[in-house]
Amino acid sequence: MSNSAIDAHFRDGCEQGQLRLQRCTACEYVQFYPRVACSACGSDQLKWFVASGQGKIASYTVVRLPISQQFADLVPYVAALVDLQEGPRMMSVIVDSSPDQVCVGQAVRLAFRQWGSAEQQPIFTVVAPQN
Amino acid sequence: MVMSGLRNSVAFVGSADTEVGVVPGLSATELCVQAALSAIHDAGLDKSQVDGLITCNAMAQPIMYHAEAMAEYLQIFPRYCMSVNTGGGTTFSIIHHAAAAIVTGMADTIVISMADSLRSGMTREQAAKTQSSTGHPLYEQIYGLPVPAYYALIAQAHMAEFGTREEHYAEIAVATREHAVNNPAAQKRDRISIDDVLSSRLIADPLHLLDCSLVSDGGAAVVLTSAERAKDLPNDPVYLLGVGEGHSHEHISQARTLTTSAAKESGQRAFAMAGLTVNDIDFAQLYDCFTPTVLIELEDLGFCAKGEGGAYVASGALRSGGALPVNTHGGMLSHCHSGNPGSMFALTETIQQLRHATGPRQLDTAQTALVHAQGGIMSSHTTMILGREPC
Ligand SMILES: [Zn+2]
Repeated sequence: MSNSAIDAHFRDGCEQGQLRLQRCTACEYVQFYPRVACSACGSDQLKWFVASGQGKIASYTVVRLPISQQFADLVPYVAALVDLQEGPRMMSVIVDSSPDQVCVGQAVRLAFRQWGSAEQQPIFTVVAPQN
Repeated sequence: MVMSGLRNSVAFVGSADTEVGVVPGLSATELCVQAALSAIHDAGLDKSQVDGLITCNAMAQPIMYHAEAMAEYLQIFPRYCMSVNTGGGTTFSIIHHAAAAIVTGMADTIVISMADSLRSGMTREQAAKTQSSTGHPLYEQIYGLPVPAYYALIAQAHMAEFGTREEHYAEIAVATREHAVNNPAAQKRDRISIDDVLSSRLIADPLHLLDCSLVSDGGAAVVLTSAERAKDLPNDPVYLLGVGEGHSHEHISQARTLTTSAAKESGQRAFAMAGLTVNDIDFAQLYDCFTPTVLIELEDLGFCAKGEGGAYVASGALRSGGALPVNTHGGMLSHCHSGNPGSMFALTETIQQLRHATGPRQLDTAQTALVHAQGGIMSSHTTMILGREPC
């Protein structure tokens, strides 16, 4: 799907249970998805690091119609935009919770799991509220 | 910079729709050609007088050199020929380009024709998959969201930030259907209530089936020429008063914000070119792939303040006789949605309204209109302001 070494490095991270992000050494901006240059300042001096896995739900929906057969057993499921603690936002899914346990602003934690036909995709679980 | 370059310089002189809805037996190419010929005829022109052609590729029948293939089929030999692809926003961004081409002498008379056959030319799964390919292939599509789910993320964010309710989104579907009742060409013409919308099945929370636009076949075309040449043609010209674009992202996970779109920039640019404000607008046609899209466009275009879209639509503003009738043909929610050509029908309706030629649904105040289209997931926006008279 992509012959990019950057995309491959990100993919290797997933297989090792790491969400790899890029930080710009010139301006400190952290970006996702990975790119050849900093999307804030244009510098190509980027350093990979592993995300903490902490995030918050920016928005979510419940997918009730599968886009294709490969997602048919998964519906209904919660898809969400997650704001990572390090700054960037990413698309993902929230697993192991019913939709009514999910809300905007909810804290979530990263995990890796098979999703659709792909192994080791970054997914998130709801962080249990502290008593 | 004063952006008055294109103001009053070009006019729509022809417009036509094909049959819409479920149109088996006509391919996307055939619909595109039919629309073009009808619009040329409506303009009182012969096809030999057309020296520009712009089209948009069809999902049901993609062609590598689309505009060139349509010109060949029509046997016209333009000196300006291109196909453009910014999804639903293509419809109006190409008018922007066509106007600039006419003003700079690249062409005198341009036909803009678009059609697709999502309903009869593709399976349901093919249509859903093709449309959802707007998601990032590596970082979004892997999660399997169909297009309604991408828009649902925006709808949910607006609800969380501003207290917008599902009833507000539903009112947009109800008001749009009310307009469609008066349009014999519309695919859906049965009156609906807010309860009908809320009790229709959930597709991607908070969007119900009736918050989602249709899946249709159909095409439409317009003919654009200089304001000067327009005076010699049979129809009342409809003038382009202002036009502007705004492009903020392609993938929704990369949007600057979920609740404010680049409709803000495209609208400001169009109003600046026209030298007009929202108070000058008699009616509007706003891109309605899903109901929340309309609500956010109303805010970003300045018809109400940010966050007040819910209250604005709840006042009945969008209905016939309201403060701002919206999608007077029934929009993509009730008239038809054949993919990228979806808002061409909003444009042809606007032209007919401004010619005062729509019969029972004619708005008697129709002097100046705003039309807006967007493509992607609130990604690529174009706003146009059209009028019966130059301004
Ligand atoms: Zn930087």
